[in-house]
Amino acid sequence: MKLMTWQEIPIGGLILEAGNAKKFLTGDWRSQRPILDEEKCINCLTCFMVCPDGSIVLKDGKMSGFNYDYCKGCGICAYECPVKCITMKPEEDFR
Amino acid sequence: MAKTEMKKKRKIDIMAEMPERLSSGHRLCAGCGASIAARQILRGTTDPVVISCATGCLEVASTIYPYTAWEVPFIHNAFENSAATISGVEAAFRSLKKQGKIPKNKKIKFVAFGGDGGTYDIGIQSLSGALERGHDFVYVCYDNEAYMNTGIQRSSATPFGAFTNTSPAGSCSFGKSQFRKDLTMICAAHHIPYAAQASIGYWQDLVKKAEKALAVEGPAFLLVLAPCPRGWRFPMEKTVEIGKLAVDTCFWPLYEIENGVFKLTKKIPDKKKKPITEWLKSQGRFKHLFEECNENVIEEIQQKIDEDWQRYLKTNGDKIF
Repeated sequence: MKLMTWQEIPIGGLILEAGNAKKFLTGDWRSQRPILDEEKCINCLTCFMVCPDGSIVLKDGKMSGFNYDYCKGCGICAYECPVKCITMKPEEDFR
Repeated sequence: MAKTEMKKKRKIDIMAEMPERLSSGHRLCAGCGASIAARQILRGTTDPVVISCATGCLEVASTIYPYTAWEVPFIHNAFENSAATISGVEAAFRSLKKQGKIPKNKKIKFVAFGGDGGTYDIGIQSLSGALERGHDFVYVCYDNEAYMNTGIQRSSATPFGAFTNTSPAGSCSFGKSQFRKDLTMICAAHHIPYAAQASIGYWQDLVKKAEKALAVEGPAFLLVLAPCPRGWRFPMEKTVEIGKLAVDTCFWPLYEIENGVFKLTKKIPDKKKKPITEWLKSQGRFKHLFEECNENVIEEIQQKIDEDWQRYLKTNGDKIF
């Protein structure tokens, strides 16, 4: 991920865009990656409500996976899932 | 047909459709309770929101220059004056309405966030002033029970017996030797229309309280327990679990005070009430209490919790302010 340089910063040090933290990808903090078992998932959306980073992706109101750009790998979703359909796997396995 | 479809929609589906006001990409720790609290509370209204924030974890980590994680207007002023700042904004909004510069039917919700340091200690006089003046705003204190942003220093929200860097445990000390103060009651004593205590462990309860607080006219106060994996010394996936355990052990009773009437929103039956040791042993900051010399400290904590819980049960449903 590339950080903003001083030439790109607006005059006066203003932040012109709301929620531009989305450009800062916190996904590279992660050491454990959540993996969803879609067959087991009952769409209770508990994971969505307890995710500190808003990294649960919903499609038509249903759980469809994770946004690995921002997921910090805390594992709250896997711990709180009532049917245990999320497992945490070490990040090295995906490199 | 339409009716059955309406019925199908669960509360959580409505919550999922609400706009995300704290965007991803903020730099709070993995497993942080404060961002869970902010995300859930800001789903309490569809009206536009203006936020002011006291210095603290939430402010520092969500607005690291040149980025901001806020999708809504956001003001950070100083550590002590989150409530004063938002009350000024709210007063200006009312004045502009009176002058006809803003349409009369325009609705904006004003929310102030503060950590326990910025609320219990440093910001309490500005909070007290804003509550007394009766501004139409909601003050949310996300309580992680110490100054976590600066590296775990004790605050007046730190519970009895907890280790912090300024109340260390060792041969001469068992951690903090004072009980925490009861901030919800202090705020309710300002005769405000709504004050409540919630925990991120029970999101249904928290969202309901946030909706009530945001809907009410006049000042409202919400105290939300936001467990901190770094400061409380527990694995980061257990944040929500610990928020639940706090309620189940009656360490953190869930209640609301609406127009002076006290009501427990989650009654824990005696059979289900867990001993405080379960809450204490789940966190490293209480580890020293399980050494032999500190047995009486645990007894003292349990005794205080039982006394408080009995008092809450007794006053449930009474007009206390």
